[in-house]
Amino acid sequence: MSTREKTIVDKKEIQHLIAKRAAKELEGPCIVNLGIGIPTLVAEYIHDENVFLHTENGLLGVTDVEEQDMDPNLVNAGKLPVGEAIGASYFNSADSFAMIRGGHIDVAILGVLQVDQTGVIANWAVPGKNIMGVGGAMDLLVGAKKVILAMTHTNKDGSRKILKECTYPITSTRSVDKIITELAIFEVVNKTLRLVELMPGVTIEEVREKTEADFIDSLGDV
Amino acid sequence: MANIRQDIHDALSCIKNGHTVMVGGFGLVGAPLTLIDGLTKKDVKDLTIISNNLGESGKGLGILLNQNKIKKAIGSYFTSNRDVGEKYQKGEIELQLLPQGTLAESMRAGGAGIGGYYTTTGVGTQLAEGKEEREINGIKYIFEPAIRADVALIRAYKADRLGNLSYYKTARNFNPVMATAANMVIVEVDEIVEPGELSPEEIITPHLYVDYIVEAQQVLTKEGVVNK
Repeated sequence: MSTREKTIVDKKEIQHLIAKRAAKELEGPCIVNLGIGIPTLVAEYIHDENVFLHTENGLLGVTDVEEQDMDPNLVNAGKLPVGEAIGASYFNSADSFAMIRGGHIDVAILGVLQVDQTGVIANWAVPGKNIMGVGGAMDLLVGAKKVILAMTHTNKDGSRKILKECTYPITSTRSVDKIITELAIFEVVNKTLRLVELMPGVTIEEVREKTEADFIDSLGDV
Repeated sequence: MANIRQDIHDALSCIKNGHTVMVGGFGLVGAPLTLIDGLTKKDVKDLTIISNNLGESGKGLGILLNQNKIKKAIGSYFTSNRDVGEKYQKGEIELQLLPQGTLAESMRAGGAGIGGYYTTTGVGTQLAEGKEEREINGIKYIFEPAIRADVALIRAYKADRLGNLSYYKTARNFNPVMATAANMVIVEVDEIVEPGELSPEEIITPHLYVDYIVEAQQVLTKEGVVNK
C-alpha cells in the first residue's frame, strides 16, 4: 500500500471512529438531524429503533438503502441516496425548517471548520473565498435542543480547529453542547469547555498540544 | 383552474425580461427539468432566480447561468455549482444568500399574505448585517421580509386536470411552498390524470394555486437527467 493510500485508509478509519462514538450519544426515543460529512456516517452505528432521523430536505424516518433500491428522488441533505423507514413521512421545506426552528429536533450532529472555547462554531464560510453556501446550518444551531459536533481534532495539515476564538464567520451565537473528536470528548458548560473523556490510547498531553482553546480537565469528575 | 399546455415554449410565454422566477428543487431532485430546459431555449435575460441552488455545473439551472440569463440569484447553497463562484468573481451575477429555513419561510410568508417575520436564525452572524433586530420576550430576532415571484416553475408527481398536485418522496422539497408565492405557477408532472383520480387526502397543492401544467419530458434517473 502506498503512503497516500495508507493516509486515505487512516482518514476513513478516524472518521468512523468519531461517528461510532457520536452514535453512543443517541438514546431513543429522539429525533436526530445529521449534518454532512462525518455526521452522516453516524447513521451506520445507530441500532436503536426509536432514534428517528430527520433530514431538512423533507423526510422524517431516514434509513440506509441497498444499491438496487436506490431512488434518485429519495436523498438526504447531502444529496446521497437514502431509504424510507417504516413510519416515515415527507413534508415540504418550510415545514421541515419549522420543525428545526420550532425546537422539535432533539439532537443535531454537525461538522465544523472551527469551534471556539465557548462552544461557538464556524462551519459555513471561509474568509477570502466566495461565500457561496449556508444551507441549514444556522437554522439547526438556533433550533436543535442539543448540538453535538462530530469532527476531526485538527485539520489535514495538522493546524488546530478547537481555538480560543473562531477566525472564520460564526454560524450562530449559540454554543454547542458537546464536541467529539478522534482524541477526546468535551462538554460545553456555561460557555466553558470541559474535557470529559479521552479516546482509547490518547493522553491528555496530546489533547493539550492539539487544542488551542482553554479547557478544564474534568476527567476525574463523575 | 389550470390549463394544460403541450408546448413548453407556449407555457413559458409569460416569462419576460427582468422577471423574478422561483424554481423548485433541492439540487436536481424535484427540479422542473423540462421547464428549465425550455427557459434555456427562450430569448430572455436579466432574470432573478430564487432557488435553493443554481443546479450543478452545466446541469439544470447551471445551463441558464452559463448563458448569462441570470442577473441575480437568491438561494441558500450555491456551493453545489462551482461556476457560480467564477461568475460572481467576474461580477457577472449578484447573489443573495439566505439560510435554507429563512428562504423557505420567506416564500411561505409571501404566499400567505404576510409581509415579513422575525426569526432567530442568523442572529449575530454576517447574514444578519443590515437587518432589523428586535427582542421579543428576552430573545433576539431579526426581521426577514417575505419573498414573492412573478413566476414559479415547479415539479410535482401527478396533476389532475384541475391542477391539484401530489408529490413524490423528497422531490417535494420547495415545490409546494413556491406554488403559493408567485403570480403565475407553471408545473411539470410525470402524469396528468382525471379529477377524482387523486384522492383528496393525497393532494398536497390544491388547484387554486396552479395556472399551467405540462408533462415532463426530462426526468432524473439513476443515470442522471434523461429524455422521457
